[in-house]
Amino acid sequence: MTGLPVLSIMTWAPFVAALVVMFCARNNPLLVRIVSLIGATISLVASLWIYFEYDRTAAGFQFQEEFALVPSLGITYLLAVDGISVLMSLLTSIIIFAGVFASWTVKNRSQEFYALLLLLVTGVYGVFVSLDLFIFFLFYEIAVLPMYLLIGIWGSTGEVRPQGIFGWAFGRTGVGTKEYAAMKLTLYLLFGSAFILVGILALYVTGGSRSFSFLTFQQMTFDPTLQTWVFLAFYVGFGILAAIWPFHTWSPDGHASAPTAVSMLHAGVLMKLGAYGVVRLGIGLLPDAAVEWAWLVGLIACINIVYGALSAMAQTDLKYVIAYSSVSHMGVVMLGAATLTVNGLNGSVFQMFAHGIMTGLFFALVGLVYEKAHSREIFKMGGFATMMPGIATAFTIGGLSSLGLPATAGFVAEFLTFLGAWGSNYSWWLFPGVIGAFLTSIYVLRVTKQIFWGPKSEDPHFQHLPDAIGTEWAALGILVFVLVLFGVAPGLAVGPIDTATVPLLSRLPGQ
Amino acid sequence: MGLQAYLTLAAVVFGIGLFGVVTRRNTISILLGIELMLNSVNINLVAFSRFSGDVTGMIFTVFTICITVVEAALGLSIVILLFRVRRTVTADHLDLLKG
Amino acid sequence: MMTGDGSLALIALLLHALGFLTLAIVAPLRRLGRPGAFVSIACAIGSLAAAVLSWQQHMGGAVSRRVWEWLPSQGQTLMTVGILADADSSVMLCLVALVACLVQVYSLSYLSDEPAPSFGRYYTYQSLFAFSMMGLVLAPNLAQLFICWELVGLSSYLLIGFWYRKPSAARAAVKAFWITKAGDVGLLIGIVLLWRQAGTFDLTEMRVLVESGALPVAGLSIITFCLYMGAAGKSAQFPMHIWLPDAMEGPTPVSALIHAATMVTAGVYLLLRTEFLFALTPDVLLIVAWVGAFTALLAAVLACVQDDIKRVLAYSTVSQLGYMMTAIGAGFASAGFFHLLTHGLFKALLFLGAGAVIHAVHSNDLPDMGGLARKMPQTAIVFLIGTLSLAGIPLFGGFLSKEEILGAVWAGGLVGPFAVLMLVAFLTAFYMFRVVFLAFYGVPAAAHAHAHGHAHGGHGHHAEPHDPPAAMALPLWILALLSMAVGVYFTFTHPETEFTAPGWLMPAAVGTAVAGILLAWATYQRQIINPVSLASAFGPIRYAAINKFWIDNIFEGIYNVVLLGFSKILGWIDRYIVDGVLNVVSAWTLTSGDDLRTLQTGRAQDYVYGVAVGLLILLLWARWALA
Repeated sequence: MTGLPVLSIMTWAPFVAALVVMFCARNNPLLVRIVSLIGATISLVASLWIYFEYDRTAAGFQFQEEFALVPSLGITYLLAVDGISVLMSLLTSIIIFAGVFASWTVKNRSQEFYALLLLLVTGVYGVFVSLDLFIFFLFYEIAVLPMYLLIGIWGSTGEVRPQGIFGWAFGRTGVGTKEYAAMKLTLYLLFGSAFILVGILALYVTGGSRSFSFLTFQQMTFDPTLQTWVFLAFYVGFGILAAIWPFHTWSPDGHASAPTAVSMLHAGVLMKLGAYGVVRLGIGLLPDAAVEWAWLVGLIACINIVYGALSAMAQTDLKYVIAYSSVSHMGVVMLGAATLTVNGLNGSVFQMFAHGIMTGLFFALVGLVYEKAHSREIFKMGGFATMMPGIATAFTIGGLSSLGLPATAGFVAEFLTFLGAWGSNYSWWLFPGVIGAFLTSIYVLRVTKQIFWGPKSEDPHFQHLPDAIGTEWAALGILVFVLVLFGVAPGLAVGPIDTATVPLLSRLPGQ
Repeated sequence: MGLQAYLTLAAVVFGIGLFGVVTRRNTISILLGIELMLNSVNINLVAFSRFSGDVTGMIFTVFTICITVVEAALGLSIVILLFRVRRTVTADHLDLLKG
Repeated sequence: MMTGDGSLALIALLLHALGFLTLAIVAPLRRLGRPGAFVSIACAIGSLAAAVLSWQQHMGGAVSRRVWEWLPSQGQTLMTVGILADADSSVMLCLVALVACLVQVYSLSYLSDEPAPSFGRYYTYQSLFAFSMMGLVLAPNLAQLFICWELVGLSSYLLIGFWYRKPSAARAAVKAFWITKAGDVGLLIGIVLLWRQAGTFDLTEMRVLVESGALPVAGLSIITFCLYMGAAGKSAQFPMHIWLPDAMEGPTPVSALIHAATMVTAGVYLLLRTEFLFALTPDVLLIVAWVGAFTALLAAVLACVQDDIKRVLAYSTVSQLGYMMTAIGAGFASAGFFHLLTHGLFKALLFLGAGAVIHAVHSNDLPDMGGLARKMPQTAIVFLIGTLSLAGIPLFGGFLSKEEILGAVWAGGLVGPFAVLMLVAFLTAFYMFRVVFLAFYGVPAAAHAHAHGHAHGGHGHHAEPHDPPAAMALPLWILALLSMAVGVYFTFTHPETEFTAPGWLMPAAVGTAVAGILLAWATYQRQIINPVSLASAFGPIRYAAINKFWIDNIFEGIYNVVLLGFSKILGWIDRYIVDGVLNVVSAWTLTSGDDLRTLQTGRAQDYVYGVAVGLLILLLWARWALA
């Protein structure tokens, strides 16, 4: 291995690109895009390099970089990756790479848009690769905050009519507007990160080793009572980002209001930060509590799966359907983690990856459809396949992956999760999982049929719509390719994941 | 007379000053109230100085009187400026900080 | 060339994959239409050759098994992919390869009116289907079987919805997918449960476990029932049979391949492959048998009242699948499998024949046909061969296999299902010959179509119906000759069976079929019996059958009211209650801010007052606390 700090390069390349975009590419939209693309490409190459160079037989944390930042407090710039983070970094790279193409058509203040997008990505990479919990938290906040501006400025406003016994409250909060969505998302996530901070500090103080390093914490055994509530704090804190029920309502509003690339990144990668946090910090540092709380995590996950799927079925706005499907799929991720079995956890991490790609694809497609048809109303559109066969095909493939069809990544992930669920202490989790997959097939195909394959809509607005062009194809092509590749050869993903989950679970009590 | 008498006097003067500040509507009267409160503090300082035999209190008092003069000048100029801008010196109308 | 190690089966499988990938990736080739079709057909022919050679190697009982790791877990192999070529899978492979190949050739002419891009699309789907179906047949483990199982479902979905502009086709496609997917829920659960119990997905290892008695039998009934659910969905068993008739919205060659010969029999095949598990759970087998018999009867009754030639055939497929399932339920899976093979041949023949008729008269409806035997004699002959096979007449394809099923059911001691199946045999002969007499004999519909003054409009330019061109006729004749050959061969050489059928069975079965034919002849050809009065004799049943026994309505009701209704309610709750609580918290924050800000009068005096009062309170508190 070379001495090249490849993790830092991967993490900071988008940040540097963001700076260049802000200061050197003013008022030159094409240059902005090219610089952003270069930044994303460097990260992609770096993460691919890490993926291939990661030594699977040695496993553990590799590519370690260490640099003391505040020695007196034990804060270190400590980066390293294991099998899970390798895959998550790869996912991030793919999504941002496609995301740069997907936002090619942003007209309004595109340089700020790209800069914020790249800044956000730096935060995401940082979370996945940092092992120092202080730095981890720092990156976590960096990943969350630009979202406020991205949605607030470039988002789109919908309409929600106040109803029901709480109707008065909706009138107050301005539900439906992009400002509302941005504020809701940011406040919710910051509320969650307060829990995380408390959890991290609790570990730091009781550990007493004057170090924020994950590796140091891992050596310690914490008091079970402390574990119990710290795990809960982590679960709620990260869980909010992973859209656990009932803290999920920021996600549909946020995703529906966000511009295309932001939805892609947010649903595709950012939500995974939450699940990743639960796996890494929750299960990794607090094994006793993980076993103790598994019932809760699994129960909520089951609710997520079925509830998300049914809610998705009720939506009439295309973006809301996809957003609720994310809620449902994140349930699968959390279910896999809650099983505390190797298969389940493999499935969970694989589902993070698969869902990331799949939902990235979906949001890219919804963005395209909206751009061309200027509508997201499912039941007003119809028969688009004749006009946009490429988009229709990609949407169908995404949909099939979403409902867990074999030969797409979604199937393997769900299947592994189901194997894990039946092998866990709570075998009944299998049934909500399988039923969720069935419900998904209903709402996804219903929507696909309505928009693309059904009879053509009479609406004069929908008569001559173009198919995807140029850079748009790039985004779709990459995502579809990855989705199918990892479905046909799941060993590509499960191999590295497996090297990380086996040691992780071996620390659990009773293993 | 003991220290208590001076302190009582100071407290009463302070109370009158505070009452004036809170109740008067005219800004100039409020300034007068503030003067009263400052002077009650002066009485306190002088009294403590006298009874404890420490001269520091006297020095502080002289210091306060200087500042009071400056404050009065500054306060009055603010009032004049306010009058120019808002055409009023009634405190009730000067509520730009209202939430 | 390597032999006996399954290479040939592997080649047969991979050739279709090659065809699919070529067409899927090389978009210009696909858009050209015909050249793409030739690529696909070339692959199909090569695949057929390999499959036949592979069958020759394995028909004697040799078994080839090759697996590769597909999914690791805990540093070991969790799932494999590969092939398991034995006598059963090889012969099934041949059937799939043959029908797929013939259907692709047939479609060249049948779909010649399609624009080039959708022509290419059709062949892409066809290749995908053939590949997945072969993968299913050759699957060495249940995981691969499930993967291919879903993929054939996908191909079926795509091909049913091939004419997606037609609302009914788009609807039928999702309906088929959903109903089979509902069955797959069971199959998936069954596979997961079985994996836990047996510790493997592999069929060979599982068989070893069962034979050594190492597999715990407790709870196995649930597993086999779950597997059966999957099979019931795919093989259109009651009440999940409703998707198959609607699936006829696809092009007719597709119906021949997927919805008659191969995919719908996958359920039967699954039960054959896991026969050793079902043998341990006789209670589930009993369910299989009774549901099978009931399905056979129900579908046969439904077939009698259909006017759409393809729907008659579709219900007859459902009915025959019920037959196969009953045989499996009786414990003789090989009898069911045998019927699967012969049925695959003659039902594909019937569908392709019906396709030729539809191609010629541009209608699916029997009243639009009539007297076609004169105009399309070749078609009439092959269709008749298919019909006689289906009716189970000696010397024709379905004769022995049908009799074997009846014998198996009798030997299995299932008297009730046996009686039902005999009735179904009668009905089968009746409704099939009803089609033959209505379509090929009797008064040509063209005569009264003219009298109605082009009631259909726009069809006036069509020429007289005539026999299909060579590309369509060739597959028809090949299938017809094969059906005959199988029939003749097995009429004279009885294969050894695991059971002994009573001597009266064969005459009884043939007699029943002949009775059915005679009734159809008397009713629709000679009109000795008035069809109307025959129909009115079965008034209520006929009425119910025309309404499909309201099963579709029940499903639709469940979908519309229960599922969509419930989801609407839940969606409302999510938006206005779950999110509502959050908004209430948020609104409270805003409201309390509004209330509290009145304290901020903006008057400096109020603040001073506040400071003074606060100071006073603080002093009092300090005094109280310190005291």
